[in-house]
Amino acid sequence: MESKGYRWSRRAVGFVALLLVAATVVLGLWITPPDVVQGQLVRLIYVHPPVAWVAYLAYGVTSICSVLYLWKRTRNLKWDLLAASSAEVGVIFTGLTLITGSIWGRPAWGVWWTWDARLTTTALLFVLYLGYLALRRVPADNHQRAVRSAIAGLIAFIDVPIVHQSVVWWRTLHQSATVLNATLSPKIHGEMAMTLLLGFIAFTFVYVWMLMHRYQIADMEQSVLDVELEQLIEERQREPETYSDQTVLTQDVDQIDQPSKV
Amino acid sequence: MWRDALLIAAKDLKIELRSKVTMNQILPFAFVVLIVFAFALDTSPGTLAKVAPGLFWLAVLFSSVFGVDRAVAIETNDSAGEGLLAYGVDPGGIFLGKVISVFVQLFLLEIFLLLGVVVLYGPKIGGLPLMAISAFFATLGLCAAGVTYSQLASASRAKQTLLPLLLVPVASPVLLAGTKAWQDAFSTAASLGDPWLRLLIVFAVVYLALGAIFFGSILEG
Repeated sequence: MESKGYRWSRRAVGFVALLLVAATVVLGLWITPPDVVQGQLVRLIYVHPPVAWVAYLAYGVTSICSVLYLWKRTRNLKWDLLAASSAEVGVIFTGLTLITGSIWGRPAWGVWWTWDARLTTTALLFVLYLGYLALRRVPADNHQRAVRSAIAGLIAFIDVPIVHQSVVWWRTLHQSATVLNATLSPKIHGEMAMTLLLGFIAFTFVYVWMLMHRYQIADMEQSVLDVELEQLIEERQREPETYSDQTVLTQDVDQIDQPSKV
Repeated sequence: MWRDALLIAAKDLKIELRSKVTMNQILPFAFVVLIVFAFALDTSPGTLAKVAPGLFWLAVLFSSVFGVDRAVAIETNDSAGEGLLAYGVDPGGIFLGKVISVFVQLFLLEIFLLLGVVVLYGPKIGGLPLMAISAFFATLGLCAAGVTYSQLASASRAKQTLLPLLLVPVASPVLLAGTKAWQDAFSTAASLGDPWLRLLIVFAVVYLALGAIFFGSILEG
């Protein structure tokens, strides 16, 4: 069951997330000026990179939780549920990254999609984690599912740099990193940079809030399954009084012992 | 572990020699893929020759899905894999044995497929050392990742659809790097220091290591 402390912290995170997103919307749409080159289109920058960051953060959390489950000292089903919850939120944010990127790409590049390194990596990442979620739906006992998912989650994360490097060599058109570049010197200034930073913080809070919710649901689903399993075991234990397996067995043996009339 | 790996590989290859699934089913499938690619593209010799490396590796990727699925199905049917573990066979050995067996089959398939590509698409073949070495590591990487994912998906009733969904995005660097390495090999600038070849080596090493580490947990899990 959800503890009171957990419920209140979830609500507090949700409230902060709401405030920060609202502040990002106000700053992004009304306070910040349009860009000299990109015009109003620049306003999408307050959403698109933060959403992409959250997708990577979510997959990072999935990987860490997967390692924690695989490591026998820290093995706990809660890590598996957290990994799954984070991956699910990550897939949603990867989808949002692709959609917001396309919305920006159409007026900026003239196409909805271009075979750029980061776009291609993100699209593959999306499918990779959809596969992870599909694997999770394979019927299995808790431990088996958790081990298999943890390995799949970890391998997927290790695969990301290889996929990225291959598509970077393949072709690169994308705008280079604006804030997290090699010298860590942001190329944008003042309120635009502040709004972008606020966007990163706001969407990180949204992620934490969604993760807490999703984890709660996963935990409750697990509890329901456990209760159902206990009920089934109890029913099975009561069965010998009504069914007599022994009688059936004895009859079978009797039939076998009797010589065939044919 | 190596002894177990060789035993498993020999067993699987013997099964293939008797059942001939790769030769009778997967190889013809790969040829059909080569033919239908020509339907989808312009059939003029110049176009097909230009895209020949990519189409070759795409056909290999599709074939590898069937190959690894078959290799793992041998052990999952009738819980034979559990029997192997009960006999004390090293899980890493089972993994490597499966990889060696699928590798041998897939490499032979690639030789036949290359003949098909030469006849049907007419590319100018060149840079044989780079072609052969990149094919070696690309196939090794495909087999290592494929056997790992095939075992992961083996518990699913829908593994035929789950496996491609898991494997194809993961193996996409092999498709890309294999294609580019062969394009470089066909051009005049063929050299064994090709960056795509390095990527194929990294992929193969990473997935061999991951498979050898985790295969036991997947089998027992």
